[in-house]
Amino acid sequence: MAAKRSSQKLRPIITEHWDDPNLFTLAGYQKVGGYKALKAALKKTPDQVIELVKASGLRGRGGAGFPTGMKWGFVPKKGDKPRYLVVNADESEPGACKDVPLMLADPHLLVEGVIITSYAIEAKEAFIYIRGEVPEAVRRVSWAVKEAREAGLIGRNVAGSDYSLEVTVHAGAGAYICGEETALLDSLEGFRGQPRLKPPFPAVAGLYAAPTVINNVETIANVPFIVTNGAEWFRGYGTEKSPGFKLWAVSGHVERPGIYEAPFGITMRELLDYAGGVRYGRDVKFWIPGGSSVPMLTAEHLDIPLTYEDLAAAGTMLGTGTPMVFDTTTSVVKAVTRWLEFYKHESCGKCTPCREGTYWVVDILQRFEQGDGKKTELKLLDDLSNQIEGRSFCALGDAAATPFPAAMKYFADEFDLATKTPVDKTFDPAATMLKSPVAV
Amino acid sequence: MTVRASVDGIDVVVPEGTLIIRAAETLGTFIPRFCDHPLLDPVAACRMCLVEIEGMPKPQASCAVTLTEGMKVRTQMTSQVAEQAQAGVMEFLLINHPLDCPVCDKGGECPLQNQAMTAGRPDSRFGGPKREFPKPLAISTEILLDRERCVSCARCTRFSEQVAGDPFIDLLERGSDQQVGIAHDEPFNSYFSGNTIQICPVGALTSTSYRFRSRPFDLVSVKTTCEHCASGCALRTDYRRDFVMRRLAWEDPAVNEDWNCDKGRFAFTYMRHGRLSAPLVRGSDGVLHEVSWSEAIAFAAKGLSALSPSVAALLGGRLTNEDAYSFAKFTRLVLQSDNIDFRNRPSSGEEADFLAHHVAGTGLVVTYEDLENAPIVLLVSLEPEEESPIIFLRLRKAYRKSGLKVAVIGPLLTRGLRKLGAQLLSTVAGGEAATIDSLLAGDLRGSQSVLTALKKKGAVILVGERAASSAGAYSASIDLANETGAKLAWVPRRAGERGALDAGALAGLLPGGRLMADAAARADVARVWGVEPSDLAVRRGKPQEKILREISEGKIDALITAGLQISDAPDVDTFKQALSEAKFIVSFEQRLSDVSSYAHVILPVASVIEKGGSFTDWEGRVRHFNRALNDSPAVSDSTVLGMLAKEMGAPNTGWRIDEVQYEMAKLLGEGPTGTKKEFKRAGAPTIEAADVKAPPSGSAVLSTWHQLLDLGVMQGPEEHLAGTRRPSQVIISPGRAKQLGVATGDLVTVSTVNGVVTLPVEIDEIHEDSVWLPMNSPGSQVLVTLKAREGATVKVAKA
Repeated sequence: MAAKRSSQKLRPIITEHWDDPNLFTLAGYQKVGGYKALKAALKKTPDQVIELVKASGLRGRGGAGFPTGMKWGFVPKKGDKPRYLVVNADESEPGACKDVPLMLADPHLLVEGVIITSYAIEAKEAFIYIRGEVPEAVRRVSWAVKEAREAGLIGRNVAGSDYSLEVTVHAGAGAYICGEETALLDSLEGFRGQPRLKPPFPAVAGLYAAPTVINNVETIANVPFIVTNGAEWFRGYGTEKSPGFKLWAVSGHVERPGIYEAPFGITMRELLDYAGGVRYGRDVKFWIPGGSSVPMLTAEHLDIPLTYEDLAAAGTMLGTGTPMVFDTTTSVVKAVTRWLEFYKHESCGKCTPCREGTYWVVDILQRFEQGDGKKTELKLLDDLSNQIEGRSFCALGDAAATPFPAAMKYFADEFDLATKTPVDKTFDPAATMLKSPVAV
Repeated sequence: MTVRASVDGIDVVVPEGTLIIRAAETLGTFIPRFCDHPLLDPVAACRMCLVEIEGMPKPQASCAVTLTEGMKVRTQMTSQVAEQAQAGVMEFLLINHPLDCPVCDKGGECPLQNQAMTAGRPDSRFGGPKREFPKPLAISTEILLDRERCVSCARCTRFSEQVAGDPFIDLLERGSDQQVGIAHDEPFNSYFSGNTIQICPVGALTSTSYRFRSRPFDLVSVKTTCEHCASGCALRTDYRRDFVMRRLAWEDPAVNEDWNCDKGRFAFTYMRHGRLSAPLVRGSDGVLHEVSWSEAIAFAAKGLSALSPSVAALLGGRLTNEDAYSFAKFTRLVLQSDNIDFRNRPSSGEEADFLAHHVAGTGLVVTYEDLENAPIVLLVSLEPEEESPIIFLRLRKAYRKSGLKVAVIGPLLTRGLRKLGAQLLSTVAGGEAATIDSLLAGDLRGSQSVLTALKKKGAVILVGERAASSAGAYSASIDLANETGAKLAWVPRRAGERGALDAGALAGLLPGGRLMADAAARADVARVWGVEPSDLAVRRGKPQEKILREISEGKIDALITAGLQISDAPDVDTFKQALSEAKFIVSFEQRLSDVSSYAHVILPVASVIEKGGSFTDWEGRVRHFNRALNDSPAVSDSTVLGMLAKEMGAPNTGWRIDEVQYEMAKLLGEGPTGTKKEFKRAGAPTIEAADVKAPPSGSAVLSTWHQLLDLGVMQGPEEHLAGTRRPSQVIISPGRAKQLGVATGDLVTVSTVNGVVTLPVEIDEIHEDSVWLPMNSPGSQVLVTLKAREGATVKVAKA
């Protein structure tokens, strides 16, 4: 089925001007046409902007791929409560690195998108919740907001219109769970970040119990382009179900890790080519399409078009669209153990399956890593994954249950081996390091 | 609106908004749960109650999903998915749970233990190290926390935040390090902290006083009623071999729901310390000697007979309905006197008139449910969290759930009132009536919404017993109720006051609010007592304050006291004077008290667990309880009065508890034999509002009330409980603080000509002319030290 589609080439749109060292300033952004989309949007009615985004088919870039226009449409426009836009810039998924570079290179694009989106949902206040471990991004976005405010693009009468908007930049305090949208809201309100019971959904009762739209940074960054160029233009990229283009942040054992912008439907093999292939000419052992929360694939799957629908058909997910590549020096047992250690460390503790499940699974996996696993425990690990998945409170618990079953599907032998031999004896830990000497 | 759905293939029709877990309960299907509690907001954290819902890809938490029309739910009874999901969660919960059930206080009554039996595996698949914490952690002097037992269900933290409004405990850290904890140096000193022990589904929370004392299966449980305040909590008293080990809240949806306060839960050990086991008689040597019951009864009867009818009975407000009734009857029938008062506290003639007119024998007029459904509850001279904590909880529930408006006429928005979102109509003590007058006249700033709400159907006015210290407050409350149509209820502090009032333990009042002066009412009472109307005392008696004065004046010679303390009296000096001058004093006591040194005969009586009986709560609801300790030799006041009556040759009418209750039912209209008749009622008091004058410079108007945990004798030996008291402090306004040049925590003196109280100061938005002191707390015994009651002018100065 992959062969039927024409191969998609690199096409910088969001990233077109990232080479410009002054892009992060208002002047630099305006030089390349920045804030023209805002002016165009302000000439439309808010509902027209929503309809435009609905027509474009833009899907959320935060991992779940929910249609953005539809999400905006859920927000009730009547009622005495204020409406809020919250931008989820708490990019913490292992392997995901697309929002932070965007905020560093082109913060005004985010700000412009925030203003347009706020206008569309008729919010008078927007919040950008940025991962606290990246102070550079917090500084750049704060600076951009300040510049925009001084230029009359934020505050009373945005760009001379009747519309007024305040934008607040907020730095998180370093918890993976705060990337879960309702936990993010709790954290933003000053509480301990733990996911909230849904319903009510944020569109009805989100921040301060008011209707709230929560969008990912990259999602918001698409909005100005859609406003400028129209829905048809946007749909000209990608596939019907996955329209548009994507920042593919390729990392891991590749020669040139980085962000490659291309329409949906490009394959991993093509992305690998752009990234200079697997380092030292080695082979791909396994790769994950979008963050550690989605099941891994192997070299057999390199020609699957990277779209929501094709990856779902292959038993995985597009996730954040940030492929991580692992070469043949990698122990899958060790990789899965590290991921689970991450999920254990980052479990918020609210629900039993995630809190206790990750505690237990890590205990077992760490013994496997030492070559001390028991064969019966493979069945147990499978059971435990099933006991977590679909039982936890939020999607992050489900995510903790994905690495092991996928790894077992393709690399059961390695887990078998780890019942006898320590992983480091089978796979030289030095060889798998990113900076490993060539001749290992 | 109802919805029709099916659970395990069985059709159910439930009200819209019913949670699946509740709907299943109606079918008798118990879905296992830990975090779920019907009185707490759903959190769906423990994931134990997962069920399968047709059309949903994942199992759903039945504690958080409401049943919708046509929904098909399958629980663990019919769904393998649900059964496996629950088993998986149970397995996870147990991996880090210690195997210390044999020494854990919860063992035997533990939801985790029980549900591990139904949803758990016979053996453990977990081989790793279990999570450990140092233990126990004292989160207050009363509550201990064993974190390794905790399953993070958050019942305790949600209770504290939602129900009590005291978020002093919260979950800290994350993931498998998550634990319940307190802020540094901020212990869990909530008045309701004990409830968290009871709702904890594991043994993570225990009390210092009960920890390791007993096993649940060794205990015998009896349903009792709390004797501490007029809230009327149903309690579970657990005893082992005639020794009460602990008390818990007994679920009673109409009154205390699932809760009680820490005083009711922990303050019961007074019953076992220093109890009198034999009667005492003062000999010619002036010393009390233990004597036999027959000797003591003969001695007391002789003394009383000689001085009757120049005798008075002072009851102090702690008696059961039956005992108060027996005193009321004994006084009128045997002593031929109407000198009886149950109010050993600041009281007034206006109050007596108010009670006779509006409260005595009226039965249920305002209920807890009425509070919950009211558009507004106006509080007059009442601080609910301190003086009637279950009223506080119900008001808070209504405030949280349905936005009940609470307004208060008083000097200060206390922390308790802020938790009710209350609106303050600010006045100094003594200005309550004037405030009500101007509220009614519409010229009280910001009060229009209060007046409007009071005119709505279901509005309630609660007036506390402290109104007795504010001339005109009771009269004005009646006016306000009449003008607005709001219902008016009286909230006394002590458990026995409402019952004593209904039983006729007040001068001029016979049982059921019957007036002594009403011949038909007298005849009705006499008929039930099996005597002629002429056998009852005729002359109208006096209230306590006058009784004491008349003893000093030689007009009254003898006293019977029951559960009385001098230090509660409004005028301690007059009280002592009267006691020392009375010719004969018979004192009914559980333990020696400050009255004992004056008494000629001391008759030891049973505590509430050694007798059956009832209390009547502020609503007028009779709260029966059975005798818990059946083997106790202690006898009730009624029984002792019966012995005295017989010895004094009185008509042989019933004094046994069953006889007393039979008579009470006839007179008070309760129970199957009850026939409530309407008799003439007393008129309403019409005391004008007092003029409120600004106090002179350097002085302030005293506001004072009892804190829930204070120096009350029945909290006596419970030091763990005492450790959770609120600190004693004097509250003044920011303006006064500036004037005095004091900052928070500085020492300030409050004084009268009689004495000085020195306490650290708390600066709060109290009425500019007011100063507040705790009434009977360490370092601040207002009646004893200052000899002043609420509304008095006191001097305030920097220490």
